[in-house]
Amino acid sequence: MKSKEYRTVQVIAHIFCILLTLSALMPFVLLIISSFTDNEWASVYGYSYFPKKWSLEAYRYIAYQWNEIGHAYLMSFVVTGLGTLLSIFITTTFAYGINNPQIPGMRILNKALVFTMLFNGGLVATYYSYVNIFHVKNTLSAVLVPTLVMSAFNVILVRNYYRSSIPESLIEAARIDGAGEFTIFWKIVFPLSRPIVATIGLMTALSYWNDWQNGFYYLSERGGKRYYTIQVLLNTINENIQVLVQNASKAASIGAKVSDLPSTTIRMAIAVIGILPVIAVYPFFQKYFVKGITLGGVKE
Amino acid sequence: MNKKSMNWKRILPFYLMVLPGTIYMLVDKYIPMFGIIIAFKKLDVRKGILNSPWCGFKNFEFLFQSKDAWTITRNTIFYNLLFFVTGIAVAIIFAILLNEITSKKASKTYQTVTLLPYLMSWVVIGYLAYAYLSADTGLINKSILEPVGKEGINWYQEAKYWPFILTFFNLWKSVGYTMIIFLSSIVGISQDYFEAARLDGATKLQQIRYITLPLLKPTIITLMIIMVGQIFRSDFGLFYQVPRNSGSLYAATRTLDVYVYQALLKYSDYAMSSAASFYQSVVGLILILVVNKVIKKTSPDSALF
Repeated sequence: MKSKEYRTVQVIAHIFCILLTLSALMPFVLLIISSFTDNEWASVYGYSYFPKKWSLEAYRYIAYQWNEIGHAYLMSFVVTGLGTLLSIFITTTFAYGINNPQIPGMRILNKALVFTMLFNGGLVATYYSYVNIFHVKNTLSAVLVPTLVMSAFNVILVRNYYRSSIPESLIEAARIDGAGEFTIFWKIVFPLSRPIVATIGLMTALSYWNDWQNGFYYLSERGGKRYYTIQVLLNTINENIQVLVQNASKAASIGAKVSDLPSTTIRMAIAVIGILPVIAVYPFFQKYFVKGITLGGVKE
Repeated sequence: MNKKSMNWKRILPFYLMVLPGTIYMLVDKYIPMFGIIIAFKKLDVRKGILNSPWCGFKNFEFLFQSKDAWTITRNTIFYNLLFFVTGIAVAIIFAILLNEITSKKASKTYQTVTLLPYLMSWVVIGYLAYAYLSADTGLINKSILEPVGKEGINWYQEAKYWPFILTFFNLWKSVGYTMIIFLSSIVGISQDYFEAARLDGATKLQQIRYITLPLLKPTIITLMIIMVGQIFRSDFGLFYQVPRNSGSLYAATRTLDVYVYQALLKYSDYAMSSAASFYQSVVGLILILVVNKVIKKTSPDSALF
């Protein structure tokens, strides 16, 4: 026999959670429905959950424009893949090295790493050095290198994992058997760190997939278009619309029209394509996401 | 082979392993740190930073003489506080209620779906917001306000609504994430406390008030320290993408990060942007150090470093 209180609590809890769940979900539903709405209808009656006229024209347009959109999509996959591999390589090796405080210099590197969490040069100096010293503008490095490769936080997570979950005796035994340090890292430490590598790898892949700022800062439409990812493309569409709206007269004089830009429903369809891979893999990797968050919530 | 070279051979691989990370740290973090001296230079890009002439505090004078300096500082701090309070409050209620739900399947579903917005980029969220807020084709104007005979609202022109809109989207994106942090602390509370309380006849509400909430305090304090340490930073994506960089909204939506971006990339104004950027970085650092010192005195376990 369950008590009355138990039932009341269950009802309140379910109602609250259902409300939050629906509000998390509804914008996505609107986005998807909008992408299947007839464009003429949408420009009169607006985006709606119950459009009177459906259409596939937005997706037909995307298929027709696949040269540009498909290329950006491919770039998103390439950049996410390369960036994540690079990040895992640099993060795990660096964490392994600085986990040896008895070696001269490693303590300093560790301190230097923590300091980057407290202080940074800010956008202006970062931008200046990437553009004028390292010349990443309009190269593949523009979307690959700045900010995303190694986060101090991930290094600390990995280092803590080495400390807590990889027995020192195992490494000692391998050393006595004559294994070199690279072999030990690659054959023993790295395979044993699979859970933490999966967690930080997934978080990193997500930041690469979602990144639009690097492309925004370091790629120009004229010289860097071939490195556009889908997020950068979505952002560029927005930027161009704003320019047209803000300078309607100027735009008219050079012959550009709002109608030249992807229409209301097509923009939503491009956004749908952009989020598709994330939604598709999310159910399979959810536990790693959750783990990453729990690790992130508690301090080192 | 003598002992010294043996040693050298043994530790060399470790140096090789930290090499890529060290180079990256220099390129991505430390070179820009020295670059903040741009704030004290009259920068001539052709000459480079080092050969450009010094100009003392001139750049800062320009910055703080403008009205913008106060607005962007106020907005940045105000939104951080607002987001912190609303985010924590909703996440705690959510975590406590979700923890009460006995159906595993239901609670898993709630958790999965509410985390989904966290995985989205701000660009995409900007598009989602636009579907609701656009003046000509937005759902709110076209399907809610106009059908009941009200005039549509020009959302992207009216600053007064934006504290709510920004808070809403921040909450929408982050609540599933923050909830998980609190849920993991709640799950960690020993069942014995609740058992004992029940035997003494405590209601659910009393258990929450006297057991759960006090035990969540350390988590709240940790999150608060992190927030205060970053109170001079704002999420550029939120403040740039969701208001679609609309000029009429600046009074309510422009934060330090947006300002630095605009001064640098829109107007190529190295003087203003570097001064604002320096102000943000240095005051931010001082704040973290002060907060950490205070925490170290009051509750040493919660100190960051």
